[in-house]
This record gives sequence, structure tokens and C-alpha cells, in this order.
Amino acid sequence: MAVLDKLVTWSRVKSPWVFHMNCGGCNACDIEVIAALMPRYDIERFGILLVGSPRHADVMIGTGTVTRQIAPRFKRLYEQMPEPKFVMAVGNCAISGGVFAGCYNVLEGLDKVVPVDIYIPGCPPKPEAIIDGVAKLLAKLQGG
Amino acid sequence: MSTVKVPIGPQHPALKEPINFTIEIEGEQVVDAKVRIGYNHRGIEKACELRTYVRDIYLLERVCGICSHSHTTTFTQGVEELLDEDVPRRGLYIRTIVCELERLHSHMLWLGVAGHEIGFDTLLHYTWRDRELVMDFLEMISGNRVNYAMNTIGGVRRDISKDLIPTLKKGMDTFRERCEYYLKLCSEEPTVLERTQGVGVLPTHMARKLGAVGPTVRASAVDMDCRKDDPCAAYDEVPFEVCTWDSCDVFARVAVRILEMIQSCNMIQWMLDHLPKDEIRLKLKRRVPEGEVLSRYEAPRGELIHYIKSNGTDKPERVKVRTPTLANWPSVEYMLKGCYIADVPIIVASIDPCISCTDRVTFVDVEKEKTWVWDSNQLRRYGIEFYKKKRW
Repeated sequence: MAVLDKLVTWSRVKSPWVFHMNCGGCNACDIEVIAALMPRYDIERFGILLVGSPRHADVMIGTGTVTRQIAPRFKRLYEQMPEPKFVMAVGNCAISGGVFAGCYNVLEGLDKVVPVDIYIPGCPPKPEAIIDGVAKLLAKLQGG
Repeated sequence: MSTVKVPIGPQHPALKEPINFTIEIEGEQVVDAKVRIGYNHRGIEKACELRTYVRDIYLLERVCGICSHSHTTTFTQGVEELLDEDVPRRGLYIRTIVCELERLHSHMLWLGVAGHEIGFDTLLHYTWRDRELVMDFLEMISGNRVNYAMNTIGGVRRDISKDLIPTLKKGMDTFRERCEYYLKLCSEEPTVLERTQGVGVLPTHMARKLGAVGPTVRASAVDMDCRKDDPCAAYDEVPFEVCTWDSCDVFARVAVRILEMIQSCNMIQWMLDHLPKDEIRLKLKRRVPEGEVLSRYEAPRGELIHYIKSNGTDKPERVKVRTPTLANWPSVEYMLKGCYIADVPIIVASIDPCISCTDRVTFVDVEKEKTWVWDSNQLRRYGIEFYKKKRW
């Protein structure tokens, strides 16, 4: 059994599939997430693949402060992900609401709706910071 | 044949933001389309009223992460008009240079997205690699890649140093070469031509009637550009041409954007050569006299309007933002009518929507009372497969 667990962890660390969700952000974090996938930074070389469906994903990258209209949908998408699942909060808005904290239509952060594993600060964080966050998440995956 | 309603969105954008479309189809063809927005509503206009003008700049920069500088440009020039002050020329020139750099990165980004939607991913990776060149320049000038924080009321916050000018000029040469390559590629490559020519046609009279703006209206052969019609910043001094194309389809929108990038490269080089020697900013008072102003600027996606009403304090009484994407939605509804399902992604992308999503599609067959769900990848793949079958 232990061997099987090891194999599963190994394959998971080798190729985590990510799913990108904009919960009402301004696009800045989103283009930086995409930039991290593009030729200059190319996180695909670590086996990370962007998928279009939460059902295929291991990691959800959430950006933006959560608006009231998107919150129930965001929760539903999180519930559709298979276990074990991880959430990365990218950008200040996703962490605490950022500049939009106090606005009437926002919930101030992803962790108000779903549990978050990794926080990446910045407005927006640079692609290097996102890659660093992914690397830390991979280390976490390896550990347990 | 009876019609079928297809809701697209709002969930999960791969590249874009949440929005919902309801598309009515008859077989392969779209007969009606409706757009529903509001998934990204954060209450920025209300938040503006609670903050001072200086803090509003920081907030308005985050309306959109792609045209961040456009929003601050429009807002600051509106406030400067209320204060009735003339901004130093050097400040205006630097503001305009950053504006044009932003246009370059935005159009390049769009070209990649358009390539992705028609299944030409090589173009996506090429353009995003070239876009990094502009991102580097923006980082050299402002210290930031996305939200540059360059504008302030009364000018700009950072100067362009003398050492940087040759690097920037050389970089613009490289970038223009790449644009010319893309223009050649897009007008010769059958993959692009087949998916863009005659698709999403918006005739000139409809473009005028529906109030389209930006590259969308210019691709319908309407010579409308805020930079020429109502020049702000340094646009009255910089020589440039308004690019139009008369085929009115998605290809025209590709061509107009590439031509605009070439113009922007020339403009940046001209401005770097003619950079005035005076100050970059003027210290202005925090309290703004009573009054109202309508400020316009040609953002990469089209005409951006800010309405600012001041009540004599250091906080605005009302700020209203009209973004170009909002002005273009009626045109999208028109363009979608009569098209194939396979063309929906590229038509929606052709206006360069700032909030958009074709990511999760539910197909409801009324006759069989059956529902199935497609995400954008499946829709995109369907589009590519459809055209493969059509050709052979």
C-alpha cells in the first residue's frame, strides 16, 4: 500500500493540472497567470497543465476578490474538483479583498468561501512569484 | 426546424472573465443572441465616492488589468480639467508613451487570443513571447508590469532616463519587424484566412447605428479615433494615421489591430526623439473646485469615457465609467446572428472583450429535452473539427 501511495504522490507532483478561475478580479492577475504559462516563463515544463474543467483539476488558481454574484458558482466549482484538491489565492484581492475591501458587492477573499492552501501576494504578483508559489505547493504535495 | 437555446457562461474563464450569453440556434446556425453581464460587478463607482482623488487613481487603475493606464489617464485628465491647470509637456509625453506601450501589449495579447480561438496556438505562443518585450519596457519605465502607477493628478510620477531612450527605440524597431511579420502571416496563412474572412460581418451602417467603438468600428471602415477627433495628452502633436479596413469582418479587426501596433511603434519613437525638457509633474491642490467634466480617451479597445462630478471637497461626488467593451456588446449580438456555432468564440473575441467567457456551455435540445454541457475547450475543439470536415 505504501508503494502505491508513493506512486500516486510521485505522479501527482510530476504533473499537477491546474484550473484557473476569475472570481471578479481585474484581469491583471489573470494575464500574469497566463504569462507564467507562456514561452518566457513556461511553467508547463514542470508538468503543470492548464485545464478547462474543474473535474480534471488538482489545483484551482483563484484570482480576484469574490463578488456576491460569483460566490455560489465558485463554491460549486470547488465542490466539483476531485480529492485531494488545493486552492491557490493569487493576488491581494484573492487574499483579503485588496483595493476592493469594503465595497458592497465583494466578499473580501477566496478563504471566505473555500479553504485556501497557498497565498501569493502582489497586485498583481509577477509570474516569478506565481512560479515560486507553485513550487511551494509542489513541495507541500510531496510532504503529504 | 425548431430553435435551441444555448446558454454560454458565466463559469470559469480560461483567459477571460465571467459573462453569460444565451444563444438561440437552429441546426448549425445562430438565430439570436443575448448577453448578460454583471458577474464581475465590484462597486467601484461607489468606492470612488468614498475616497479622495489621489486614492481614486489607485482604485481606478484596477478597473481593468489590461487597460489600467487608460483608466488613470482618463481620470487624471478629467480632474486636471476641473482644476483648470496645464500639465507640463514632458509629463504629457511620458503619459502618451506609456499609453502607446499599453496599446502594443494589449493588441499583441489580443492577437494571441484570436489565434487560440481559431485553433492556431503557434500564433498564441509567438505573440505572447513578443509581448514580453513590451512588458520589459513597461517595467523599465515604471517598475511594474501590469499596474504601472505612472499617472498622477498633474503629470506622471516617474521620468524616462536618458540611458533608457536608445534601448526603447531599438526595441520598437524589433517590435515593428514582428508586427510586419504578423501582418504578412495573417494575410497569407490559409488557417487564419479561412476562419476570419467573411466571419462576423458588421456593415458600416450597422457599426454606426449600434455605436461600436475602437478597432471594431474602424474595421467597419469608419474613420473614428478619439486620439484624432478629440486629442488629449500629447496626441495633438504626435503624427499618426487612423487605421481602417473596409472588409468589415473578423479579418478586418485583425488587420486594423496589427496596423495600429505599427503606428504605435512609430509614435513612441517620434515621442522619444521629441521629448520636451521641462518638468514631469505639477503639484496641484487636493481640493477640486465644484463642477463636472466628461473625459474621453481612446483605450486599446475603443473610446473610454469618465464622467466626474465634483462638489468642492477632496472627494468626488460621482464618478461614472463607460468602458469600450460595454459599447461593443450590441455589435456582438448583431454579429452572432446568422453565424455558425463554430464561429462564436472568435466573433466574441473579435471585439477584444474585457469581460468575457465562452467557457461553460449548456446545450438544451428542446425536442429531446436533453441537456449537455460543454466548456470552452470543447467548444473551441468543436469549431476546429467543424472546419476540418467542411474543408475536406
